[in-house]
Amino acid sequence: MENQLLQMTIDGLLMGSIYALIAVGMTLIWGVMDIINFAHGAFLMLAMFATFWADKLWGIDPLISLPFVALLLFFVGWGTYSTTVRKVLSGPILAQLLVTFGIGIFLVNLAVFLWSPDYRQLHHTLISGTCHFHYCVASKGKVVAALTSIVVFAATYWWLKKTRLGRAVQATSISKEAALLMGINTERVFGITFGVALALLGVAGSLLANFYYVFPNVGDMFGLLAFAIVALGGFGSVPGSFIGGLMIGLAENIGGLYLGPQYKYAIIFAIYLGVVMVRPKGLFGW
Amino acid sequence: MLGKCVGVGILAVALVASLAGTGLAAAAKVIKIGAVYPLTGDVASTGQDCKTGVELALQIINGKYNINIPYAKTAGIPSLGGAQLKVIFADSQGSPQTGMSAAEYLISNKGVKAMVGAYQSSVTKTVSQVTERMHIPYVCSDSTSPTLTERGFKYFFRVNPNDKISAKDQFEFLNAMKKQGKKVNRIALVYENSEWGSHVGQQEKLAAKKFGYKIVADVPYSHSTTDVSSEVARIMAAHPDVVMEASYVSDAILFTEAFKRHNFKPQAFMAMSGHLQNDYLKAVGADANYFIVRSTFNLGMAKRIPAIKQVNALYRQKFGHDMSANAVRSFNAPFVLADAINRAHSTNAAAVQKALLATNMSAGIMAWKGIQFDKNHQNKYASFILEQMAKNVYQTVWPFNAATMKVVWPFPGWGK
Repeated sequence: MENQLLQMTIDGLLMGSIYALIAVGMTLIWGVMDIINFAHGAFLMLAMFATFWADKLWGIDPLISLPFVALLLFFVGWGTYSTTVRKVLSGPILAQLLVTFGIGIFLVNLAVFLWSPDYRQLHHTLISGTCHFHYCVASKGKVVAALTSIVVFAATYWWLKKTRLGRAVQATSISKEAALLMGINTERVFGITFGVALALLGVAGSLLANFYYVFPNVGDMFGLLAFAIVALGGFGSVPGSFIGGLMIGLAENIGGLYLGPQYKYAIIFAIYLGVVMVRPKGLFGW
Repeated sequence: MLGKCVGVGILAVALVASLAGTGLAAAAKVIKIGAVYPLTGDVASTGQDCKTGVELALQIINGKYNINIPYAKTAGIPSLGGAQLKVIFADSQGSPQTGMSAAEYLISNKGVKAMVGAYQSSVTKTVSQVTERMHIPYVCSDSTSPTLTERGFKYFFRVNPNDKISAKDQFEFLNAMKKQGKKVNRIALVYENSEWGSHVGQQEKLAAKKFGYKIVADVPYSHSTTDVSSEVARIMAAHPDVVMEASYVSDAILFTEAFKRHNFKPQAFMAMSGHLQNDYLKAVGADANYFIVRSTFNLGMAKRIPAIKQVNALYRQKFGHDMSANAVRSFNAPFVLADAINRAHSTNAAAVQKALLATNMSAGIMAWKGIQFDKNHQNKYASFILEQMAKNVYQTVWPFNAATMKVVWPFPGWGK
């Protein structure tokens, strides 16, 4: 069992950084708009299907279609915000809660209707196969996904801290009214935030489709994990979601190895509950 | 403007969807039966497969076909003037609670007279609680948890074999391998931890004890998991000779890939259920080879049962691909129900239940001696086969007298 520990740590860190990339969009939307995006998993599914069909229909490898899928998801996010989410932001809190839930159910069922509930998987992508380290093994798809995730995180962090638009997003998230008074077009900031959040999800979906099967409900469990990560790392905190993702990945693998895989989700949600009890705003929340 | 266009689009889709659902009013002499399946959710591809099985069965029962299986040559239910069976499907989403309310809806609102289906044992369990309470005959041919027929239910009948029989069959096969001098002693069990998988695990543990095998790893897991690394690590650490797996589709894909990634080569992999699905086979491709899979049906059996060819031809015509073992499982129940209604001369629940008890019919396209229910309402002739994939077709490897191919043992390795 001891020599499995290193393998589990590697698996945990790799999967964890992918979970984190999925969660970062959710944390952005929450941080800026105070909306929990329950359709997060469904949008992830959309990104994965876009990647899948780009490869199947036009022979475009996931690695190449990645920026296009991200762009597509940006517009899907922008569109979703301006057609539905914007309308309910001024409505009762329950409507805000339910709207993304409804969008999620709609998208999943639309996918079942359009593409059937079959499981599909890409073969022979540019990055396939495994790489070896010591006595440990990891699929190349996962390694590339994890490395890209780190780069994307750094870029997102830089964008928020150093660019005018990023600062506007931050200002809006701290106080919408004050930002409005300072001359920031908060409507536009909201739309862009939703778009960027989904674009990041698009990157995650594209990377995931390299080594993971696609089907209409593929996002369910990822969405649930993202929620735990966001709550763990702190609502609205980008570094928090990264650390949260790694923690969940490690807890799932190392906990699963030593305590039994049947308890791995119990372990994850026990950690989440523990953190929320001690620090209700999450590790990096403010 | 864009918003309005999208809005109108969504509305149009919703309208079309609702219109498609209504259909035309039923003609006279129609007997409605209900079928609950996971039509959405993570087991939906299997649920849709099961649905096609039921649809084909009804087509054959309602129409006239020159195929040598019961109720093919006559149209409808002969004793009721050719009454037609009509199936109404409801979605369980793979959840026992949703399945339960779906069954209540089918019975109370749609007036179904009998029930088939459910596939997942956990859902069959709650659906059968509803049918039992509401006195609706329920013939199941797709769920395998042994507990389903051990509850003393009056209206629940099972055509297909259960996981107790399966565990016995698997170990009898291992015994035969042992006799041939193969190395089989250390067994690793890995199973999803809902109603179905956990009982598979339980029965395999009991059988292993009885047959004198050593369980070196016991790994239950959640089938909706996103990653099976820790599961595989535990299995590999135990150095088993044989891995016995009970997975649905998504988890089966994850396990196969993880085993391959680690180049894990035990003497044999034994599997069931999810491994029979077309989409599993497509997803993993050649990596499905050499798994020894528990099943009740494969197209290779057509050599012995000619009707299989004709039925599969009809199926291909209707759905565009070959019948999977899961579609065939669900295909069986409507025939048993039709037979009972025919002999009961009515759809009265008590009469149909009585007729079901007296069932004694041919097993259609199955390789069983027939269909007769024991005191628990389990078909006493139902049994499994073990099969292996060869050139993209499953071939029977056990029982040896029905084998269409010699078993490949030990597992030759990945990419072979």
